Amino acid sequence: MHDGKISSEQVRHVARLARLELQDEAVEALRGQLDAILGYVAALESVDVSQLEPSFHAQPIFAPLRPDVVEAGLARAEVLAAAPASDGEGFAVPKVLEGA
Amino acid sequence: MSPVGGGLPGVVAIAAAVSAGERRAEDVVSEHLARGRAASGLNALLHVTGDAALEHARAIDARRARGETLGRLAGVPVVLKDNLCLRGVPTTCASRILSGYKPPYHADCVERLLAEDAVIVGKANMDEFAMGSSNENSAFGPVKNPWDTSRAPGGSSGGSAASTAAGLGALALGSDTGGSVRQPGAFCGVAAIKPTYGRLSRYGLIAFASSLDQVGTMTRSVRDGARALGVLAGYDRRDATSSTEPVPDYEAACESSAKGLRVGVVRGAIEQLEDEDVRAAFSQAEAALREAGCTIVDVELPHAHHGVSVYYLVATAEASSNLARFDGMRFGLRVAGDDLLSTYERTRAQGFGPEVKRRIMLGTYALSSGFYDAFYIKAQKVRTLMVRDYDQAFAHCDAVLSPTSPTPAFGLGEKTNDPLAMYLADIFTLPPSLAGLPAMHVPIALGARSRLPVGVQITTKAFTEGRMLQLATALEERADYVCAPPMATNGSGA
Repeated sequence: MHDGKISSEQVRHVARLARLELQDEAVEALRGQLDAILGYVAALESVDVSQLEPSFHAQPIFAPLRPDVVEAGLARAEVLAAAPASDGEGFAVPKVLEGA
Repeated sequence: MSPVGGGLPGVVAIAAAVSAGERRAEDVVSEHLARGRAASGLNALLHVTGDAALEHARAIDARRARGETLGRLAGVPVVLKDNLCLRGVPTTCASRILSGYKPPYHADCVERLLAEDAVIVGKANMDEFAMGSSNENSAFGPVKNPWDTSRAPGGSSGGSAASTAAGLGALALGSDTGGSVRQPGAFCGVAAIKPTYGRLSRYGLIAFASSLDQVGTMTRSVRDGARALGVLAGYDRRDATSSTEPVPDYEAACESSAKGLRVGVVRGAIEQLEDEDVRAAFSQAEAALREAGCTIVDVELPHAHHGVSVYYLVATAEASSNLARFDGMRFGLRVAGDDLLSTYERTRAQGFGPEVKRRIMLGTYALSSGFYDAFYIKAQKVRTLMVRDYDQAFAHCDAVLSPTSPTPAFGLGEKTNDPLAMYLADIFTLPPSLAGLPAMHVPIALGARSRLPVGVQITTKAFTEGRMLQLATALEERADYVCAPPMATNGSGA
């Protein structure tokens, strides 16, 4: 499963995937902590799970359907009031496309 | 009856007195707010509703004066963990990333509380995004344990537990993903219920790990917990995992004898306990159940020791996905960067604390290409074995008795530099969570050595909370424990 070592480069890669800015000086500390945790969970390697299905939920989930009727949503003004920036009609966000 | 409750009136007593007109809701709320001010040094509350709570209480009193029949929680002061949405009131998850956020809607459990005339008095401090076992991961400072302010109140619902023990609320709601209601319940000495997965709606609970999260209750007596659970349980179509299972009368369950019930004990795990106070409380609980007419039987949970590994892969994987929504666009903090990507990265780097980042990293790693099968899927398969362990154990018994925490409250700062040591504090609470089972903490005694509360955990089959409460009542009636921490009795705000 894992030899108990996560490299600094892997730590940086995961931070990019997780959209977390990581300062260089934080990489090593985090690497050590993740290494210790991954070393601990490596105990799972010894468990034979070849005949088993994963339990994504421990109890059955029914997810019942409801009638497809239009209902009132949240008040737009209240929702936008919680946003860091808005133009009164929608969320104001940084430019996604260059030159747009 | 044992004097559990420590002289402070609880949920059932307050509701009865307010409904009968013997006490005004306003006075009850006012007293709780005053205790909150006196105990502000605990740092248990992040927001106090204050005047709004008093106004609400007066409205309840006015309705009674007009002859209306009040609800089952008439005038009961309630503290909400700060990951439960209360419309128009700051809800931060004790995180900088949600600073200033005021939800535009109530959580389902808040609607149910208000429909029964409860009064929300404040929002409780917690570990950031419910990640922690000591409440030291709050962006707003740790909560202190009202029994000994040098000690942790447990986590992640530490503010809820401290509030209940110190009488800032007669009821507090928390959330329990891997023990976050039961373990602080144990550290602060209050009855703490984690219901079956799906029993309560999570609508309005800010998600941490969706296959595990449940809202739970903290009260100073088992009967108070039964009242609260009866109000909160039930189907809600806004939560896809909400169960349509009928809600039984939990208070009636507290009235019925536990005689003849079979209680399972994993003897090997008990023999390995190192803490004398926890061992003594466990023995006392076993003796109490025998006296109540229960039979103690030996059972095995052969895969329970994998709980910490399975939990910290599954919960972090789910958290890394759930917390992706905090990107600085729709709510809370935004730290502007040079472009969209750096805005995301800076917002999240500055908004999240170290433990949340650590768990997002671990979860992202466990879900990433090349590691998904080896970590995430593997953990979910071992989880299947843990679910089967309980199925097999419950073929021989009605409930499993264990400690809740392997130790009484540890000191603030004691485990903060060792994340793994902190995770191991949850070894007894994780297995029921991973199996989706109801489990609760019942206080038993003050430890002879530690002079801190100690107790036990009862786990039962899915949707048998009544059975769990029946056994908890049998224990409570025979316990020599009073929930009267120094902080609640001398009013000191140290």
